[in-house]
Amino acid sequence: MDTAVSAAISIAFHGTAFAMVLYLVSVGLSVTMGLMGFVNLAHGVFAVAGGYFMTTLMGQFGVPFALAVPGAMIAVAALAVPLERFLYRPLYGADELDQVLMTMGLVFMSVAIGKYFWGPTAQPFFPPPALSGQLDFGTRSFPAYRSFLIGSGAVLVTLLWLGLERTRFGAQIRAAVDNRRMAQSVGINTARLFTVAFAFGSALAALGGALGADILAIDPGYALEHLVYFLIVVSVGGLGTIRGPFVAAMLLGISDTAFKYLLPEFGAFFIYALTMAVLLWKPRGLFGQA
Amino acid sequence: MTQGRDTGATALFARRHRLRLAELLPWLLAVAVYFVFPDYLALGAQVLATVLFGLSVDLVLGYAGIVTLGHAAFYGVGAYTAGYLAAHGVGAPAVGLLAAIAMAGLAGFLSGLVILRTQGLSILMLTLVVCVMLQEAANKLTSITGGADGLQGMDVSPVLGIFDFDLYGKTAYCYALVVLFFGWAVARIIVHSSFGRSLTGIRENVARMHAIGSPVFFRLVTIYTISAAMAGAAGALIAQTTQLVALNSLSIELSGTILVMVILGGVGRLYGAFIGVPLYMIAQDRFSEIDPTDWYFWIGLLLVLVVAFGRGGVLGLVDALARRLGRGRR
Amino acid sequence: MSGAALETRALCKSFGALTVAHAIDFQLAPGARHALIGPNGAGKTSFVNLVSGALAPSTGQILLGGHDVTRLSQAQRVKRGLARTFQINQLFRALTVLENVTLAVSERHGVAGDFFRPAGKRRAVIEEAHALLERLGIAGEALRPVRELAYGRQRLVEIAVALGLDPKVLLLDEPAAGVPSGETGTIIDIIERLGPEIALLIIEHDMELVFRLARRITVLVQGAILVEGTPQEIAADPRVREVYLGERAHP
Repeated sequence: MDTAVSAAISIAFHGTAFAMVLYLVSVGLSVTMGLMGFVNLAHGVFAVAGGYFMTTLMGQFGVPFALAVPGAMIAVAALAVPLERFLYRPLYGADELDQVLMTMGLVFMSVAIGKYFWGPTAQPFFPPPALSGQLDFGTRSFPAYRSFLIGSGAVLVTLLWLGLERTRFGAQIRAAVDNRRMAQSVGINTARLFTVAFAFGSALAALGGALGADILAIDPGYALEHLVYFLIVVSVGGLGTIRGPFVAAMLLGISDTAFKYLLPEFGAFFIYALTMAVLLWKPRGLFGQA
Repeated sequence: MTQGRDTGATALFARRHRLRLAELLPWLLAVAVYFVFPDYLALGAQVLATVLFGLSVDLVLGYAGIVTLGHAAFYGVGAYTAGYLAAHGVGAPAVGLLAAIAMAGLAGFLSGLVILRTQGLSILMLTLVVCVMLQEAANKLTSITGGADGLQGMDVSPVLGIFDFDLYGKTAYCYALVVLFFGWAVARIIVHSSFGRSLTGIRENVARMHAIGSPVFFRLVTIYTISAAMAGAAGALIAQTTQLVALNSLSIELSGTILVMVILGGVGRLYGAFIGVPLYMIAQDRFSEIDPTDWYFWIGLLLVLVVAFGRGGVLGLVDALARRLGRGRR
Repeated sequence: MSGAALETRALCKSFGALTVAHAIDFQLAPGARHALIGPNGAGKTSFVNLVSGALAPSTGQILLGGHDVTRLSQAQRVKRGLARTFQINQLFRALTVLENVTLAVSERHGVAGDFFRPAGKRRAVIEEAHALLERLGIAGEALRPVRELAYGRQRLVEIAVALGLDPKVLLLDEPAAGVPSGETGTIIDIIERLGPEIALLIIEHDMELVFRLARRITVLVQGAILVEGTPQEIAADPRVREVYLGERAHP
């Protein structure tokens, strides 16, 4: 009985930490896909780029964690802006196949670039001493870094929700997701909005990739390996929402951890089967617009 | 009275399905390769089998307009079926091939029934999920598939009991060529039939197709099943000629790569795979002297450029050139 | 069993708080020349979508030739003799004019699902499609891709495709919409020449067209039928004038 509860707590904890990483990476994708109607398979590239920048800043230049993470986010956002302008924007409204091919091309290139500059193995990640070790909660102790992940994830979700609901920028995004043409006719500069949203979403992905380096290792194949999970979070959650991917990420993170722990001989099989079931029941996701 | 103009229209419409001389070219080339490049027949057999796989993708993508990132699912099912039979005493290639076609077709039928009710992103996602699901199943069912180590102990018998699979790949090449020929014949007949034309209609404007009484879902499931069976045949060919089946036959990478190969040649023109696959595979084979990851960089870059500059592929370029030359002559 | 070619009984459709069809009882007589008019947002196109099956009703019944088709799909209703055109052309833009109409004709002939015979060999289908093009005066452009045609000509193709289905009930959703005023005459001619075996329902804003073609008019306002009658009755009805005057800008 005791071990079952203990196992459940463990699964909940690690599952939530995993969910936070998935959420951070995928929320930007949900917003941009809902906003621009663009099938972006290359979103994971921004996440792994964030991871690479952070580990390089920390490992090679001795930059402390607290600065390396925002540094990585800024670097990735700077990278995202020209990409959006020159590669993504011409394809808004284009054939789905074109979007799939272009972003697939970016993924392939990222695999090669990652291997070329950083080698084929995963980047070692050493959390700062303040966040290492264990945290004691009386009877149980939890890894400090993962606790930090969960904590910062919760804070970020709240900030994002507030940002979307309470700021003008958020209102513009919501309007444009709802009805792009209407938004344009009310004077919202959708082109600039898209660029900013894209950069922001990519920066969030970079944050997720950097912070999550402990759970999703930073290696060249990252964008391809984890593509399906990011897409599951977004499609199950529903495009263009903040809340949807959160719920989906929690479901995915916890059930993935649970299945791998309790039924390792099935691996991720049930996750995929469940995803199919959900998508067939609600093709636009749990919180997607009708 | 109207007979003159009427016959003209019908005649022009009708000419499309008649065999043109240029269509014999791939077969002549294939036969020529057999005599001119005897050292490359093993690679040649793989190219031929992959062309069949590409053809199956072209059927759903170029004709029905279904964007799929998971067609390797059916290829893999075919490969594992043929491999499993060969590893358990049923080594006759024809039997393995037919079983693979049946299993892959069944997989296509079932997943098609489920997936093709939705549209757009949903279909894309679901094709991905099906593929990844089957790969995970194969990964875990080690007793059947060999898991991450791949299927072991395949023992493939001589084709038709006579032609032994030799070290030079001669049997493999001819076997693959014959199977590809049948696959091509099937594809060609379908594409030029009324059914094939209706698929083009579905791709171009599905709302209109509903409004003219077309049973869209039924047609899509049908072509998806046929395409899956064809992909399964390709998988079986590779399994039997290389005597190897591994998890990568069910991978998304493979699904993506076959997509690239067909795009390179040109989608929706029946012969895209015949051009794109050999181009890609031969280039990759030459390039393998260099580090394999650089290859992905160039392919990625090529994809980005192809999309930026119009993705008619090689056949699209040929078309555009022909049009320009035609205009020049006038 | 009513004798109407098309009938709706208490047809309702709501999207949450928005009601686009409010207990519509409508009858289209065989061989009718019936127009459906109303101000913008009255729900005319929604009505066509409901009748054709593109939209599922919330409640109510739809009958085609006396048979209940409420549960049938669009394609199934087409098989029972219903055809429609779209307000904005829905054609196969990359295909030729002839191919567009051939697709419809071959569906009607029931051969569109056949694998084996090449489409090009189906003389009967192709010749029937071509004859239709001649009837509408667009046979000269038979082999041109639709997207190369002027919008007005494309509108004719749109009608040809619907006629290719040999319908008993034809729904024309704003056939003159988007057509330059010089070319509306052609469309009116074609509609006038349609045979008595087709029951015609036209959605239109162009009053000249309506009064010329219709023998009966239904006025739809905010999803409900306001009044129905002959053109003279409708023109004289003060409620109709109010609905339309309320819309027009003051002189």
